[in-house]
Amino acid sequence: MEALEIARWQFGIVTVYHFLMVPLTIGLGTLVAILQTRWHKTGNEAYLRMTKFWGKLFLINFIMGVATGIVQEFQFGMAWSEYSRFVGDVFGAPLAMEALLAFFVESTFLGLWIFGWKKLPAKVHLACLWIAVAGSIVSAYFILVANSWMQHPVGVEMIDGRPVMVDAWAVFTNNTALVAFFHTITGALAVAGGFLLGISWYHLWRRRKDGIDTVDANGRVVVGESATIPGRDKKDHSVWIKSLRFGAVVAMIAFAGSAISGDLSGKLMFEQQPMKMAAAEAACHDGTGFSILSIGNVGSRDCSDVVAVMEIPGLLSFLAHNDFTTDIKGVNTLIPEYQEKYGTHLPDDPMYGARAGQEINYVPIMPVTYWGFRMMIGFGGLAAAAAAVALWLTRKGTVPRSKGLMRLALVGILAPFGANAAGWIFTEMGRQPFVVAPNPAMSGVDQVFMFTAAAVSPGVSAGEVIFSLVALTTVYAVLLVVEVVLLTKFIRGGVVSAMPELDQTKKKDDGGNGPGGEADDDVLAFAY
Amino acid sequence: MDFLPTLWFILIAVLWIGYLFLEGFDLGVGMLMKTFARGEKERRVLLNTVGPVWDGNEVWLLTAGGATFAAFPFWYASLFSALYIPLVFVLLGLIFRAVAFEYRGKVHNDTWRTVWDWAIALGSLVAAFGIGAMLALTTTGLPLNENGDRVGGAFAWFTWYAVIGGLAIVGFAVIHAAAFVALKTDGDIRHRARRLVGRWMPVGLAPMAVWAIAVALENGKWFSWLLIAVAVAAAVTSWAANRAGREGFSFLAMGGFLLAGAAAIFSAVYPVVLPSTLDPLWNLTVENASSSSYTLGLMSIVAAFGVPLVLAYQAWTYWIFRKRITAAHLPEPHDFAPAVALATAGAAPAGATGTTPTGSAS
Ligand code: HDD
Ligand code: HEM
Ligand code: HEM
Repeated sequence: MEALEIARWQFGIVTVYHFLMVPLTIGLGTLVAILQTRWHKTGNEAYLRMTKFWGKLFLINFIMGVATGIVQEFQFGMAWSEYSRFVGDVFGAPLAMEALLAFFVESTFLGLWIFGWKKLPAKVHLACLWIAVAGSIVSAYFILVANSWMQHPVGVEMIDGRPVMVDAWAVFTNNTALVAFFHTITGALAVAGGFLLGISWYHLWRRRKDGIDTVDANGRVVVGESATIPGRDKKDHSVWIKSLRFGAVVAMIAFAGSAISGDLSGKLMFEQQPMKMAAAEAACHDGTGFSILSIGNVGSRDCSDVVAVMEIPGLLSFLAHNDFTTDIKGVNTLIPEYQEKYGTHLPDDPMYGARAGQEINYVPIMPVTYWGFRMMIGFGGLAAAAAAVALWLTRKGTVPRSKGLMRLALVGILAPFGANAAGWIFTEMGRQPFVVAPNPAMSGVDQVFMFTAAAVSPGVSAGEVIFSLVALTTVYAVLLVVEVVLLTKFIRGGVVSAMPELDQTKKKDDGGNGPGGEADDDVLAFAY
Repeated sequence: MDFLPTLWFILIAVLWIGYLFLEGFDLGVGMLMKTFARGEKERRVLLNTVGPVWDGNEVWLLTAGGATFAAFPFWYASLFSALYIPLVFVLLGLIFRAVAFEYRGKVHNDTWRTVWDWAIALGSLVAAFGIGAMLALTTTGLPLNENGDRVGGAFAWFTWYAVIGGLAIVGFAVIHAAAFVALKTDGDIRHRARRLVGRWMPVGLAPMAVWAIAVALENGKWFSWLLIAVAVAAAVTSWAANRAGREGFSFLAMGGFLLAGAAAIFSAVYPVVLPSTLDPLWNLTVENASSSSYTLGLMSIVAAFGVPLVLAYQAWTYWIFRKRITAAHLPEPHDFAPAVALATAGAAPAGATGTTPTGSAS
């Protein structure tokens, strides 16, 4: 394999990995901030417990997002130096702004929130969390501006063969970026909603199994408490049922938001990158139908043997244009258009290395785009449907005793993660063979593009990239296990894992509960 | 005409100095975890001196990198791709360190803590060394061809300059961290940190001096020598203040040393940002490596608003957490069992948590 292929694998792996942590950070951060606000407003201790418990899990996840984010920032220069030189004038700016205007805010104010529980006035302490959360949302905006410029290059002029920024407003209000921002934030909330739902289900189920909660003749919950199981008092029930229902509602709203923004995103993509959307449909020929299932070799890039088995007539046109009749161009129509505009072969330029002069394949890998698109929508929809069912099942205050359902709720946590990953893989691989994609239907920006084959660092050898790929993948795999083990430990501990003082099974004077006397304000409320 | 590129060169130098000043001490505290701290209590005291601030400090690195990308894309591309292997190690070091800070105290078990202590110590060491090597090489040069790409293979960067730069930052970080610990703690650990500064400062700061002198000799400008003299004076002041027991002043004087030393180095190489050791014609300079003046202008506006804001709220953070930390301030570590009824007939007092693999007395 050449450096190019390895570098692409590396980028894909580390970025998809980073994006396992990112949506949970954004989504859970927002929900914890809402919970702490509720606590301040109502004074109900259940909200304090929820803040502390979900906050703990949030932090365990947050740090992995930070650790893997640093790799993201560096790797453009390390592995993609030609890319960095080409796009630097316009792409570096949002990246630098992200660090200066978002990462500083995020990390500083989160530090204040973590260590400031007793030190800061309550309102200031709450404000710190909101500011940190706002920082992570702003960071998402800036990075999506950078990414969307690769999907839809705007605000530049080509000078000496490089895009030079001439209109910052156009770059920062790129319609692709605004839609992607909305879509990504709702996707993140879906992740957090599912997370709350699954884990709370587990605890409610556990309370029933341990005989703490029972149901009366009408199926209504009778809340009990246990003197021997740490943290299982009456309030504990309210923590979990509130979390569950909150998570379910968030997941449903978030899915509705994803569907709206995803639809907008699709309409833009049909216009900006028609090849990506044609490949997402495995649509070889022009038509109006949305494929539910296509057979034959969707992977074959020449399209000759793909047969749509099930189609909803008109839906594709609706997705693209809001009507049911306009024909959408298929792959076979688009290939000659692309060839005419961007050539049939890579130019004979040393920047392409051994690939100079090779024929260009304009069709992305169709099984990836086709199934990626369907997995995104499918997993998201599944999670939303499950959330609706969960709301119904828990209407009388607790969950059924079924172990199978409990397992399903836990596994269901993964569905929104899958939808997010699938969405990115579809977006990014659907852009190939370009790293900066031209938008053939649009005037003006059409000549700003870069083939992925030209983007990799010429001076870096395959050996070096293999080394980093192996090293990073191994470390990431190990750390993923560590993170999941830790999350599991804290999840199983329940609220007590974040608030040891709630452990009624420990004697008051055994010192194991941290700061003994209330008077001792000097003891850090939270410490490493 | 080249006002904006020069401004951005200065700004990037400032970002690096900010990074080294702030993360310098938390990298150093990381390295002290295994050598200086005696026992679990002291290690936790060390960790908690940097607890609320280390992540904010690290963002200075990201900002320096991002600003280089935005303002000098050719510098960013050539430097980062040429130093591929060392930067992989820097990344791994930073990853381990970050995760270790957060995860170390989450399980109460000696093996677990030992593993993460090593991750903090080695991660900090490797990251400091690699960043030092990178900064040294950007002032002394790399074998770059006319396209700005490294020639000569994966280890072409490995020279004495890389080693001196690496040692310079490691040495500085350790001394700076000791000065910080003396300022932020109390009792025995505070006195030992002070003694460490007094004894080892000359050794710790020597490599940075060698680097500055080497660059000044090569590029000879009178004010570089002046700045080096200022740096030495600041170091002596810091040492004397430390002896006199004025830890705050000593710590700030260390900052003066860094500021003057780095300014000496950066100003000596200006207007070159990354020399090519093969042909001076291929040097990257503030002129030929920079972005358009439109982009630089935009970034200037953002920086004029953003940098003071960051300085203000980071300063506020340090103010909030200004108290000295001692072992007495640390809550006892607590462990917890899963919130489930144990199979053994219900009664599960606090001690009986042996069923969790991680549950053990702490
Ligand atoms: C939609 C959101 C999003 C996307 C697409 C990305 N990130 Fe990210 N990133 C975040 C959202 C985010 C975040 C939520 O803001 C994180 C997660 C955890 C955190 O601390 O901030 C973060 C952390 C994070 C950090 C560490 C910040 C710190 O130390 O506090 C860096 C350097 C990056 N990211 C850089 C990148 C780059 C270069 C990306 C593109 C390839 C990227 N991220 C994709
Ligand atoms: C966090 C969400 C993201 C995910 C999951 C993701 C995923 C991917 C994947 C799977 C590839 C490989 C495509 C291929 O080689 O066929 C890729 C490539 C790439 N992505 Fe993204 N991406 C994300 C965000 C971004 C952002 C925000 C940027 C820019 C700011 C970006 C820039 C790139 C670049 C430069 C490549 C080049 C390598 C290539 O095209 O092969 N990505 N990404
Ligand atoms: C009916 C529902 C949905 C539709 C129609 C839809 C549509 C789309 C489209 C067209 C894209 C490609 C945009 C591009 O190439 O730039 C996309 C990307 C993406 N989708 Fe969806 N989507 C839906 C649901 C979801 C859900 C439920 C999630 C996550 C929980 C999700 C997560 C993502 C992500 C992370 C991306 C990549 C980032 C971006 O380009 O915005 N999507 N979606």
